[in-house]
Amino acid sequence: MDKLRMMFQFLQSNQESFMNGICGIMALASAQMYSAFEFSCPCIPEYNYSYGIGLLIIPPIWFFLLGFVLNNNVSVLAEEWRRPTGKRTKDPSILRYMFCSITQRSLIAPAVWVSVTLMDGKSFLCAFSINLDVDKFGNYSLIKGMSETEKIKLLAKIPCKDLFEHQEVRVAASRYIKCISQACGWMFLLMMTFTAFLIRAIRPCFTQAAFLKTKYWSHYIDIERKIFDETCKEHAKSFAKVCIYQYFENISGEMRNLHHHSSKDDSDYEDDDKRRNEEDKLLGIRVQDDMNKALCNWHICKPALALRKEQKNGENNDKLHREGGGAVNGLANGHTHNVEKKEWAVYYSKV
Amino acid sequence: MERLKLVLQYFQSNSESISNGICIVLALVSVKLYTSFDFNCPCLPQYNKLYSLGVMVVPPIVLFFLGVLVNRHTGVMMDEWMRPTGKRSKNPAVVKYLFSAMIQRALLAPVVWVLVTLLDGKIFICAFSSVRYRTVCPVYTGYMCEIGLLFGVPNNTGLDVMKIMAKVPCKEAVIFRNSSFHKAVSRYIRCYSQAVGWSILLFLIVLGALGRVLKPCFDDHATFLQTRYWSNYLDVEQKLFDETCVLHARDFARTCVVQFFEDMREDVELCSPHPQFIKHFTDDWEYKEEERLHGITKQEQMNNLLQKWYFSKPELDVTKGASRPRMCGTCKEERANLPF
Repeated sequence: MDKLRMMFQFLQSNQESFMNGICGIMALASAQMYSAFEFSCPCIPEYNYSYGIGLLIIPPIWFFLLGFVLNNNVSVLAEEWRRPTGKRTKDPSILRYMFCSITQRSLIAPAVWVSVTLMDGKSFLCAFSINLDVDKFGNYSLIKGMSETEKIKLLAKIPCKDLFEHQEVRVAASRYIKCISQACGWMFLLMMTFTAFLIRAIRPCFTQAAFLKTKYWSHYIDIERKIFDETCKEHAKSFAKVCIYQYFENISGEMRNLHHHSSKDDSDYEDDDKRRNEEDKLLGIRVQDDMNKALCNWHICKPALALRKEQKNGENNDKLHREGGGAVNGLANGHTHNVEKKEWAVYYSKV
Repeated sequence: MERLKLVLQYFQSNSESISNGICIVLALVSVKLYTSFDFNCPCLPQYNKLYSLGVMVVPPIVLFFLGVLVNRHTGVMMDEWMRPTGKRSKNPAVVKYLFSAMIQRALLAPVVWVLVTLLDGKIFICAFSSVRYRTVCPVYTGYMCEIGLLFGVPNNTGLDVMKIMAKVPCKEAVIFRNSSFHKAVSRYIRCYSQAVGWSILLFLIVLGALGRVLKPCFDDHATFLQTRYWSNYLDVEQKLFDETCVLHARDFARTCVVQFFEDMREDVELCSPHPQFIKHFTDDWEYKEEERLHGITKQEQMNNLLQKWYFSKPELDVTKGASRPRMCGTCKEERANLPF
C-alpha cells in the first residue's frame, strides 16, 4: 500500500511522468489482460481463422481507442481545432504535433498486446493449423485415405488438447507454428522499435526550429485552458459569496426595519471588508448575462497573443486595470505559486 | 522505503546518473524478458539453426534501439551535431564524446541478453542439434554425429541420425522415452555454451579494465576534462531552456487570461452605471509579472526567440564587461586550440 502510494506520488510530481505513467499502466494492463484471458480455440474449420486473427486485431483497436479516451489532450486538441479564428490565427502544425503526440502514446498498449499474443503463439496455432503439412511431423498414415473435408476437420482439432488423439503430432505441429509466430512477433517488435528510433533520433536533422515552436505553443494552449478554468472557478466562488452576502443583507435589512433595530456593530465592519474583497474578485462581472457573454467570447473570439504593456504611473484608469488584474492574478497566484518552487518544470505534451 | 527514496534521489541528482540508472533498468528488463520468454525450439532440422540465430540476434538489436531511444544524450548530441553554427562555434570532440557515451550505454542491455542466453544454454542446444543431411558420420560433418554415436543414438525407430539429433531439445519426443540419450547430449552442449558465455564475459571485463587503465596514456586528460564539462553543459542548458519556456508559457497564459477579463470588464463598465470599488494594491506583483515575461509579450516575438535559439545560439560568454579571469600559461595555448 505504502509502495503504491509512493509510486503515485512520484508519478504525479510532474505532468510528463503522469502521462508516461498512464501509458505504462495501460501497457501492463494489456499484458495482464492477455494472461488472464482464457484462450479457447473453437477447433472448427470455419471459425478457427476468424477467432485466431480476431483476437490478434480487435483488442489492440480497443486499447488504442481507450488511449484516446483517457488522454486529456484530446479535448484540448478538439477545442483548438473547432474554435472560430477570431483574433487569434490557427496554426495547423500545432494541431498535427498534438495529434502525433497523442497517437504515439496510444499506440503503446496495442503494440504490447500484439507482441504478447504473437510470442505466446496460441492465436497463430488456432488460425493456421488447417494449413499444416502433416507429413513433416511424422506419420503420413494419419491422414491416408481421408477425404479433403475430413483432413481439414482433423487438422482443425490440433489446437485442442483434449480433442486430438495423436499427442506427438500435435506437440510437433504446435511447436512449429509457435516458432513461426514468435518469429513474426520479434519482427514486429523490431519494426516498431526501428520506426520509433527513426522518428526520435533522426527528426532533429530536419525540423528542429519548427519543432521548438510547436512544442512551446501546444504547451501554451494547454496551460492557458487550465488557468482559464481556475480563474472561472474562483470567479464563480466569489460570485456565489457575494450573492449570498447580499441575500442575507437584504433579509437582515428587512428584519431590522421590522424590529426597528439600530445600526451595525464592529463585527459588521469586518464583514464589510471581506465582502468588498470578494466583490473585487468579481472583476466587474456581476450579472449572469455578462458572465455568459464572457464565456461565449472566450470560445468564439479568443484574444490575440499580444499582451498590453501596463502603465506604471498612478492614474485612476490605470489603477483600475492594475488592481482588477491584480485581484485576478492574486487568485491565479494562489494556485500556481507552488509551481515555481518545484525543481523540474517540464512540457507535458512532450514527444 | 527510505532506502528506495535515497536511491531514486541519488539517481536523479545529475544527468549522468539518470542515464546510468536507465541503462541498468534496461539491462534488468532484458533479463526479465528472457526469463518470461517461452523458448520454443521447433525441433525440425531445417529450422533449428534459423530459430536459434533469430533469438540470439533480433532481441539484442531491439534492446539496442530501445537503449538509444530512452537516452537523453541522444537528443542533445543530435541537436549539437545538426545545428547551424551561428555565433557559437561547434566542437566535434563534444559530439564524439556524447556519441561514444550513448553507444556504450546502449550496448549494455544487448550484451546482457547474449550472455544470459549463452549461460542458459537452450539456444546452443537448439542450434547444434541439427546436422546437415549426410549418411551416418562422414568425415565432413562428423562432429555432431560423433556426439550422437558417442552417447549411443537410439536407432531403433529407423529415423536417420539427423532427425533424431534435431529432436534432442524436445524432451517429450517419444524416441527418447526409454533412454537418457537426450539428457546426455543436452548436458554436453550446455557445458560448451556456458564456457563460451563465461569466456565472452571475461573478455569484455578485461577489455573494459584495460581501457580504463590505459586511457590516460593515450588521451589528453585536460582536453578530456574540457569535453566532459561542455557536454554536461549542453545537457543542462537544454533542460534549463525547456524549463524556462514552460514557466514563460505559464506567465504568458496567466497575463493573457487576466487581460481578457479586463477587456470584458471594460465592455461591462461602458454599459453599466455602477461605480467600481477601487482597492489599493502594490505594484509588486505587476513588476514581477513583467520581469518574468522578459519583455516577450507577442506571438511573433516568441516565435522569433525560438527561431533564433535554434539558428543562432548565443555565445558562451556571460561576463558583463567586468575583467575576465586570468589563465595560467599552459592553458592559454590550449585555449587557442579550443573553439569555444
